[in-house]
Amino acid sequence: MLDSETQQSAVNRPASVGGQSVVASLDDIRKTYHMGSLAVEVLHGISLDFFAGDYISIMGPSGCGKSTLMNILGCLDQPSSGKYFLGDQDTSQMEDDQLSTIRGARLGFIFQSYNLIQQLNVLENIEMPLFYQGFSASDSHEIAMGLAQRVGLDDRIDHKPFELSGGQQQRVAIARALAVDPLIILADEPTGNLDSKSGAEILNLFDELHSQGKTLIMVTHSDELAERSQRWVRLRDGRVESDERN
Amino acid sequence: MSEISLDPPLSANQQPRAAVTRSSFSFTRFRKITEVGLKSIYSHGLRSLLTVLGIVIGVAAVIAMLAVSEGASFEAQQQFRDLGASNILLKSVKPAEVEESSNRGFGPPQAIVYGLTNSDISTIRDTIPGISNVIASRIVKKNVWNLGNSMNTDVVGTSVDYPSSRSYNLRAGRFFSESEVRDHANVVVLSNEVANALFPIDNPLGGSIKIDSDYYNIVGIMESEGYSNLGQNQAGSSNAAPSRIYIPFTSSKSRFGETTTRQTSGGMESETVELHEAIIQVENQEAVIEVGEIIEQIIQRRHKDVDYAIEIPLALLRQAEESALRDSIVAGAIAGISLLVGGIGIMNIMLASVTERTREIGIRRALGAKKKDIITQFLIEAVILSGVGGLIGVVLGVLIPFIISAFWGMTTIVTPVAPILAFSISALIGVIFGIYPSMRAADMDPVEALRHE
Repeated sequence: MLDSETQQSAVNRPASVGGQSVVASLDDIRKTYHMGSLAVEVLHGISLDFFAGDYISIMGPSGCGKSTLMNILGCLDQPSSGKYFLGDQDTSQMEDDQLSTIRGARLGFIFQSYNLIQQLNVLENIEMPLFYQGFSASDSHEIAMGLAQRVGLDDRIDHKPFELSGGQQQRVAIARALAVDPLIILADEPTGNLDSKSGAEILNLFDELHSQGKTLIMVTHSDELAERSQRWVRLRDGRVESDERN
Repeated sequence: MSEISLDPPLSANQQPRAAVTRSSFSFTRFRKITEVGLKSIYSHGLRSLLTVLGIVIGVAAVIAMLAVSEGASFEAQQQFRDLGASNILLKSVKPAEVEESSNRGFGPPQAIVYGLTNSDISTIRDTIPGISNVIASRIVKKNVWNLGNSMNTDVVGTSVDYPSSRSYNLRAGRFFSESEVRDHANVVVLSNEVANALFPIDNPLGGSIKIDSDYYNIVGIMESEGYSNLGQNQAGSSNAAPSRIYIPFTSSKSRFGETTTRQTSGGMESETVELHEAIIQVENQEAVIEVGEIIEQIIQRRHKDVDYAIEIPLALLRQAEESALRDSIVAGAIAGISLLVGGIGIMNIMLASVTERTREIGIRRALGAKKKDIITQFLIEAVILSGVGGLIGVVLGVLIPFIISAFWGMTTIVTPVAPILAFSISALIGVIFGIYPSMRAADMDPVEALRHE
């Protein structure tokens, strides 16, 4: 999907930097919120490239624009200006329906509070993104079964979220995020609601995903969590303060 | 639980999974959304039930009310139909002024003369075209005897065409014949009720009954019928005599005379009436109302007092149909209001549901649901609610008329249109009142929705 053939020369988009293929690229992203007559710029021009197989932590104090950036990366929100390429697609001009499609097809979300749907069981929760992508019932079932097994919950597929521990719920959420085999997995404080043991399990899972070549972007303010990643983007006051990798 | 393995390993250059087809509508998708809707409704069992109650009552009311009004109008129309749609009924009615004067003063009772005359009838018969037959009757109240059994009943002196003009049928024997009319014969046809009262055990056919001092041979018995009270309110007859007996017109005239005397609280009362009733049969049913108007004009010219009444069953039938339509409209309007209220109830609960499930909407949007997917989901839920309500309502609405018929003996008719119509309207209400909440759900900002507690 990011081969040289698909490059669009007309668009100023880096396809690869230093031999690594770019899965997502932010180009001078600005976000302004309007509160009555007052306009507040939260992001003051953020430019970042994310490479395939990256394990990135986005860090910074509260109010630095982490959440806003995360929403834009997740195509849940549109930047006021700038370009955001996801794969080879410029999302900044997309219509609502296109954004829905790209969210469902290209992104996997992992939230702090798991965000599973309470009426649905484990399997149905994992199947949900596939449903919106129009997968057949039998295909969805097969994929979801495989993922439930991979996160070690194949013996609880018909349990409802409230019957599971926090760690188990977060594993369902991870399986759900993997369902469409996304380009990027976005995790927002994934261990924030978990005890240290469950948290460690989730991080082990992330490590495995990383070792398998998945691209992970994690928002956190915990240095301990960030240690596991291999690239650290620090934000301060809506700007990139530092961008390091080991 | 500490060791979670992730195999088979993913390859780094894997393409994103893509569905072979992404059809905007398919049965499996519809089923899935319906399942979700049912789950959500089921998870709020009581609330859903209460919500649906408005629709249940509305739909049940539509069907039951229509069934009752349909039944009532059917009965009314049947009564008029029994009188004959191509008939015009003329009756003698004691005029109010005469009634007053008869109570005045002392002395021997003076006979009050009023009502239809033979010459009225011959004028009508001779001047108006399109009249196929006129059956004139005299109705006199008499005690009728069979040995020790007696009964006070209307003795109808009439012609041979009487049964056919009113489409009455004989249960046994025959009606009297033309020659018996000519001969002033003492023959009688009993109504079923009279036959049962006077002959509780033996067969009345071939027997005889006594009226005043004369014996009459029983030649036939009419079929029992719940005939109408209408057209029976003749002068000289009781208001709602359920039973009558029939003798030749000529016999009535020669045996009883034209003047009848009656004991009243004020003394004796005497009245002279030539004819009590006439059934005028019109050849062409379409001309009935017109002919009726002409007859009215003729009689009006010939009578100083209003001592007659004219009844056109077809006109009454039309009126009954009109009032049935009006009833249906009123019933429909009332039921419509309760359906509307039910719809508002559904909208209310859907709005509450949307607010409650804001988070879920956010999650679904994040996982790739389009606005139209959210709209579909909530719309289907609203339609399930109203549809289930409609279904329960249909069952109740069909049961209630049965119960009404069983316990109160009212005629009720459930036409197949009523349940279908009521159910369709209830489903439509689900759509109409589901649209706004669904749109509200779909228009939520995903970020806000995800943040919602």
